[in-house]
Order: sequence, then structure tokens, then C-alpha cells
Amino acid sequence: MVFEQIINGLTLGSTYSLIALGYTMVYGILELINFAHSEIYMIGAFIGLIMVSVYKLPFIVALLLSMAASCLLGIIIEKIAYKPLRRANRIASLISAIGVSIFLQNAVLMSAGPQARAFPANFNVTNLRLGNLQISSLQLIILLVSVVLMVGLHLLIQKTRLGQAMRATAQDKETAQLMGIKIDQVVSFTFAIGSALGGAAGVLVGIYFNSADPMMGFFPGLKGFVAAVLGGIGSVPGAMLGGLFLGLIEMLGAVYISRYKDAIAFAVLIFILLLKPTGLLSRRIQEKV
Amino acid sequence: MSYYSQILTVIIINSILAVSLNLVSGYTGQLSLGHATFMGLGAYAATLFALKLQSPFLVSIILGAAVAAFFGFVIGVPTLRLKGDYLAIATLGFGEITKNILLNLKITGGPMGLRGIPKVTNVYVAAAALVLVIFSLNRIINSRVGKSFIAIREDELAAESMGINTTRFKILAFVIGAFYAGLAGGLYAFLFRYINPKDFGFMRSIEILCMVVLGGMGNTYGAVFGAAIITILPEFLRSVSPVVAQYRMVLYGLLLVVMMIVKPQGIISESSLSNKKREKSLEKGGL
Repeated sequence: MVFEQIINGLTLGSTYSLIALGYTMVYGILELINFAHSEIYMIGAFIGLIMVSVYKLPFIVALLLSMAASCLLGIIIEKIAYKPLRRANRIASLISAIGVSIFLQNAVLMSAGPQARAFPANFNVTNLRLGNLQISSLQLIILLVSVVLMVGLHLLIQKTRLGQAMRATAQDKETAQLMGIKIDQVVSFTFAIGSALGGAAGVLVGIYFNSADPMMGFFPGLKGFVAAVLGGIGSVPGAMLGGLFLGLIEMLGAVYISRYKDAIAFAVLIFILLLKPTGLLSRRIQEKV
Repeated sequence: MSYYSQILTVIIINSILAVSLNLVSGYTGQLSLGHATFMGLGAYAATLFALKLQSPFLVSIILGAAVAAFFGFVIGVPTLRLKGDYLAIATLGFGEITKNILLNLKITGGPMGLRGIPKVTNVYVAAAALVLVIFSLNRIINSRVGKSFIAIREDELAAESMGINTTRFKILAFVIGAFYAGLAGGLYAFLFRYINPKDFGFMRSIEILCMVVLGGMGNTYGAVFGAAIITILPEFLRSVSPVVAQYRMVLYGLLLVVMMIVKPQGIISESSLSNKKREKSLEKGGL
């Protein structure tokens, strides 16, 4: 029972991690809470659903196409709604992000209708038994895809020139610019990667719970953000850790106090913030005077 | 009550909410994403006082506001040690926890909410409350306490070195803001006669924040103006034509983005000298 809850927790947590990465990367570079991220997740799920059920594409192809579309959506949102506000105060960009979120949510609501749609897995789902531990192949695939994406992201950030540019920009935008880094490109790229991961999370969660609806982004979006803050916002390993941690706590907590499942995530968040006000693995931020 | 006087009453209640958040976020500079929590606590407390203890309307809404202020203190003491976005997220977290508790308690009626509240709030009651709130707020802003709030917003470190106990003043701003929000919640309950935890969730907090930012942070009348626009906009879009009515929330989201791009400082931005000076020095590249 407890082991199964741990597997469930890790599965859910790995999707939180994917969402959290999008928040944390954007925050690391622009210091913006990208509220539209939860809608990218939702739209990612819908695109995956269309690919699987209308075009009958294999799961992996649907996942990749959905990631590509989310990528594009992220870049467009940044260019239209955030770029003109980069020099304005931060709350203005926050409201702009909320506006984008309301816009996308209702645009999907108008075109797809409010009802939840079934998102069936188009491959055989079997239960694997390891001793008395049971794990479904669906969970295994979700875990596997998340791990592959996260390892890929880690390599991209640590080993490539682009990753280096991203890290430099996150550290100090102006100095990075002086070193010849094209900030606009780095920002676009950050949105692209973060959104692709968010879209992938949407497809995985949609297929996991066999449903997609226009409001599905709200809670996972909030929790993905909580996971990012838990790990220390701006920190990529922190977001991965925070997501897994949150998923585990939530699933284990749900065994004992199921009625307060949604409150657990936030209670943990506040508790951690009070102990360590900048999250578990925070970047060191110097207070400038 | 006619349609128009109903809308006007809602605008006034929203104005109280916007003005109270403006004290916390606009004047004191503490971003809160959970202001609707205090509105909800005030609404529930006022309703329970009225329904269970048969207390009269005025007593109920004032007790409701006091309960909200009490929770403002309880939530404010631990969270206001946090800064910036971390504070925003902690307030959001407390909001979701409160909503979850309201959804699960017996006395609050769970997801069914509370019904059968007498209809007492009307335009005159709400307007009287708004006048009182703005009058007392102006007195606070122009006092030593208000100057301390503004000093904290402008530069917390400098304020502290001038001998302002920043944590105490931040908590004070939070408690006063919670009191007014609770008052607005009470008025809301006695207007709609039915309350439910979902009325006071994250989206409502965001809506209040939009009013403040749209009107112009740190300006009380701007907040009232913002509240009027945000309240009327969906209603107006509904009345233009059936097609527009259908797409009104899509347009609403779009308009928020456009308004922020066109006027990021809000419509009635605070044009104090100190701010202009600061902007100028920022343009030159200094701090």
C-alpha cells in the first residue's frame, strides 16, 4: 500500500517537476511568474489528445508534436505579451501573464466546450508485478519520459553554449549582454524549452488520468509553481527535486487525510518557506544595497 | 433592486476590496495574492454571526471584519518575514488552505456554502461603507504610520535604518487591509444572500489585484477607478452584442494584456515627485 503510494507519488511528482521547470527557468531569467504556463500545459494536453484520437498517431509522435506546438506557443506569448513589458514594473508583466492565461483558457473553452474529454492511451497498458509491488506500464512510461526530458535539459544547460548563455543571462543580464549574448534569443529559447516541457507534462497527465478539459491547468499549474518555489525558484535541480517531493508528500498525505489533499501541498510550502525562506536549493542571491 | 443599482453596489464593494489591497500592495509594497481569503473570512464570519447568533447586520459585518483582521494577524506574522515573490506565494498558499478548510468544515456548509442570508446591503449601505473606508484610509496614509508604510515600499533597508520597525508596520498594513476586505466580504454576503468557498478563491484575489494595478498602484482613487472598470467591463461586453457576449472572457483576457502594454503604470499612476526623480535616475542608469 505504502509502496504503491510512493510509485503514484513519484509519477505525479515527475509531472509537477516538468511543469516546475518551465516556471523556474523563466523566473531565473526574467523574474516573472509566468501564469500562462498552466494554460500551455492544458493546450499541450489537448494537442496530444487531437494527435492521438483524431490523427491516430503513435504516442511518442503525438508527444513530440505537442511539445513542438507548445514550444511555438510559448515563444509567441513571450513576444506579444511580455517583451513589450520587459522594462516596465514587474506587477504589470504579472497582470499581462494573467490576461494571457484568462484568454487562452477561455479560447479553448469556447472551441472545445467545458466538458472533460477522454484521453485514452493508444498502447497496451499492463500491470507489471515486482514481488508484491505493482506498477502499471503507463506509470513506467511517464517516469521514463520525465527522466529522459530532465536529463536532456540538464545536459543542454550544463554542456552546450546555449546553456552557458542561459546561465550567464540568469546571473546578470547586463553583463551577459556586454559579453555578446543576444538576450532576446536566450529569452525566446527559455520560453521555448519551458513550454515544451509544460506541454509534455500536459500530455502525460492527460493520458495518466484519461481526461483533458479546459480547466485542467489550474491546480497542476499552481502546484508546479509551488514545486518550483519549494526547490528554490530559479534553480533547475531544485525544480526537479521540489516536484518529486511535492508529489510524494501529497500522495502519502492523501492516505491519511484525503479531504485536505489540495491543502497539503500549500501547508508544506509555507512550512518550508518559514524554515528556509528561499527554498531548498536556492541560488545564492546577494542583497544589493 | 434594479440591474443598474445591483452593478453599482458590486462596484462599490469591489472598490473597498481594491482600496484595501492597495494599502498592502500599493502603499506598503507587499504583493499579496490571497486578498480574497480575508474577504471570504469576513463574509463567513459575518454570516455565521447573523445566522447562528441572530446578531444585527451592523454588528455582524463589523465582527466579520474583526475576524478577518484577526486572521490577517495570524497569517501575517509568519509570512511577512518573507520577501517579494515568496511572500506572494505564501499568501496564495494560505488562501488555498483556507478555501480547503471552508470546503470541509460542517459549520460553513462545506461545498454547499451558506444560504438564507437576509438581503440588507444596498447602494446606500455600501456607499456609506466606502466613504468611511476611504476617509479612514486617507487619515492613515497621511499619518506617521502611513509615511512609514510608504518608506517601506520605497526602500525597506533605508526605512529600517531610519528606525522604522518594518515587520511591525508590514503586519499592521496587512491587518488593516484584512479588516477592510472582511468588511467588503460581509457586505457581499448580505448582498448576494449566498456564499460558497469558491467565491473567495485565487481568481478573486487576482481580480482584486488587477483592479489595483489597472487603476494605478498606490493611489486610492485609482483603485476605485480600476474596480469600476474591471466590474463593468464583462457586463459591458455582454451588452454589446450576442457574439461579443459569447466571447467576453476571451476579450477580457486580451484587454488586460493590451491595457498593461499601453499603460503599465496604471491609469491614474501615482505622480509623486520622489517617484519621478527615481525614474529619471533609473533612466540614467543609477539607483
